Amino acid sequence: MIARLTITERQLAIVLAGLLALVGLTMAAAARQGPMAVHGFMAIAIGGALASAVIGKLYAPEPSPERLSHYYDDPIKAGILIAMVWGIFAMAVGLWVAALMVWPEATFNQAWASYGRIRPVHTTGVIFAFGGNALIATSFHVMQRTSRARLPDQLSPWVVLVGYNLFCLWAVTGYLMGVTQSKEYAEPEWYADILLVVAWVIYFVLYLRTLARRAEPHIYVANWYYLAFILVVAMLHIVNSLALPVSFAGAKSYSLFSGVQDAMVQWWYGHNAVAFFMTSGFLGMLYYYLPMRAQRPIFSYRLSILSFWGITFFYMWVGSHHLHYTALPNWVQTLGMTFSVMLLVPSWASAGNALMTLNGAWHRVRDDATLRFMFVAAVFYGLSTFEGSFMAIRPVNALSHYTDWTVGHVHSGALGWLAMVTFGAFYSVIPALWGRERMYSARLIEWHFWLALAGLLTYVFSLWNAGITQGLMWRTYNEAGTLNYSFLESIEAMRPYYIARFAGGALFLSGIVVGAANIWMTVRGPRGTAADRPLALQAAE
Amino acid sequence: MSLFKLHYNLEKHSIGLVLGIILAASVGGFIEIAPLFTIDETVETTDDMRLYTPLELAGRNIYIREGCYACHSQMVRTLRDEVERYGPYSLAAESQYDHPMLWGSKRTGPDLARLGTKYSDDWHVAHLTDPRAVVPTSIMPAYPWLNENEAAIDDLPAHLATQQRLGVPYTDEMIANAARDALGQASPDSDWAEGVAERYGEATNIRSFDKGERLTEMDALVAYLQVLGQMTQAPYQTPEQAEQ
Repeated sequence: MIARLTITERQLAIVLAGLLALVGLTMAAAARQGPMAVHGFMAIAIGGALASAVIGKLYAPEPSPERLSHYYDDPIKAGILIAMVWGIFAMAVGLWVAALMVWPEATFNQAWASYGRIRPVHTTGVIFAFGGNALIATSFHVMQRTSRARLPDQLSPWVVLVGYNLFCLWAVTGYLMGVTQSKEYAEPEWYADILLVVAWVIYFVLYLRTLARRAEPHIYVANWYYLAFILVVAMLHIVNSLALPVSFAGAKSYSLFSGVQDAMVQWWYGHNAVAFFMTSGFLGMLYYYLPMRAQRPIFSYRLSILSFWGITFFYMWVGSHHLHYTALPNWVQTLGMTFSVMLLVPSWASAGNALMTLNGAWHRVRDDATLRFMFVAAVFYGLSTFEGSFMAIRPVNALSHYTDWTVGHVHSGALGWLAMVTFGAFYSVIPALWGRERMYSARLIEWHFWLALAGLLTYVFSLWNAGITQGLMWRTYNEAGTLNYSFLESIEAMRPYYIARFAGGALFLSGIVVGAANIWMTVRGPRGTAADRPLALQAAE
Repeated sequence: MSLFKLHYNLEKHSIGLVLGIILAASVGGFIEIAPLFTIDETVETTDDMRLYTPLELAGRNIYIREGCYACHSQMVRTLRDEVERYGPYSLAAESQYDHPMLWGSKRTGPDLARLGTKYSDDWHVAHLTDPRAVVPTSIMPAYPWLNENEAAIDDLPAHLATQQRLGVPYTDEMIANAARDALGQASPDSDWAEGVAERYGEATNIRSFDKGERLTEMDALVAYLQVLGQMTQAPYQTPEQAEQ
């Protein structure tokens, strides 16, 4: 990969890696000890390793200028492999977290292994590390192909990848050491937040620069979704993470907001992370890879326009449905509920659009597990958005909130939609990226598909039952007019469901392991004769 | 249709698209969040709202560090069964000095908003050290290291000062004495104990929470757990009305 950088780019890469090491050194020196110092040393190690790798090949032969007539795929390949590694790691941790609900002693009395610390390792790992790398990698792919333009330079995609993954590493290792700001899905502390903003701004600028070079007059649908994802996630992240550090030499900070305002800002962030990270970004994926794989155009272009603006506008109102019956003013709760229900229109427009695109290609869905991944993803997107709108209705929420139904709902989205569409996209793109005719084994894709689907269904059904049982037990009265069950009885009733959840998680995890093995064999396998879409001619830089 | 014509132009201009996205995505958040900062209407006024003592604040930070919020909410909703199970529903005023709030989103364990004074210190210490020794069917992890780790108190003045900058009404005197007050709260016979009552009120719990000589993280966490729901008496004074 270094061989494909020019000497000037290699020199600049060394400077940037050195800069990263310097930032790490400053952090380590300021903090002297504790998690922030550890994170400083991690930055030094990564910066140093990158710098020495490039220095070792500094005077290797330069690439031919002919490279500019191809797409720049190295960072996409790296992103996909990194996403798979994170995926296995984070889902394995998830399995452990699920096991703790059945066998609470499985922490071995180690602080780092206790439930409260590894649970965010799982959530951040899946959403941000696995999902984020998948989004970054596929967005690099989609924006080049749909713009018929090469990435504007060869360094900034690497800066985005390295910066983003260092953020994920800081976040995950931080939780193990007890560094968290306790805002769900935004647990990393202030210095990690700053790193994310830097990486994210470079990502956004890179996206715009690629679009500016496009040879197509129109910006393709998938790019709108990716753009909304990048832009709005930046808005959400910056506002929700506003905090005052106790000292610049320490990890601890206090949120700028308190109490009811903090709760609203948190769930405005929390639900829109679902909207723009886990929905908008992955819809971008769906809108490119599904039609490509099905070899059919999108069913309705106008429907895409309506659903895009509907999602962008409606979603931002709905966060307050996480705060029904709380001390948040009633009018905000009502607004959140109303918009949550209206959100069903653009959500189902997207899901319907995807399914209608498959109309006429059902034989491909039947025969091709890769396309079937994306089909199931579209179905589960439709199902979980329906479930979400339903759960946002106040009386339903009274039952479902605080129970495992919420956890089941999140996983029907995360496993059924987000992970499924990612696997479909990966299997669609990997052979072409590595110049192979097809994936190493079609049978292993089938295995992955059925393991994932079985795991998903086991997981979702067990937690659906768990949540409703819990909710009903909490509010059941006996004939004397007093509460019928103690809280503890409701916990004891969960045991069979938690065991089933563990089994579902194990199935899903074994699926991704099979998938990773298949991807690895494809990458290592012999070169085929796959052809890439042509790049538009453009002047050399 | 002219709307689609407009879009036809929009999708040819990346900056136009960017501005459109920012505009569409800003409206909802702005309308819902900005009015909440008119604090007088969002948060009730209470005349007896107390502040966390330095030791309780340290305990709160341990609660955050261990991720307790992932399994325990601190928000009693205005529902009949919740009010009967846990106590009066939570008021906005109760968390007005909580940076950040810990309302939670999942009850794998029970709600803790009204936990303070419900159990003895001994119960909490035993429960945190080995939950199943006290509650055989509990699925809570054990936290034995809380007994072993000494509570960090040196940086408490900086913590209080940061909170003061964010609008929590800690006085300069409280900030200056933060570390001493933390020690004093857990050792009632010491010279520092008096200052704690002086600065934080006579009702402050001044005692060794884990009965040990050292000031441990267990002291801090139990001190925090014992004031949950006790920051103001306001929720106990409003007539209990719950929906459903």
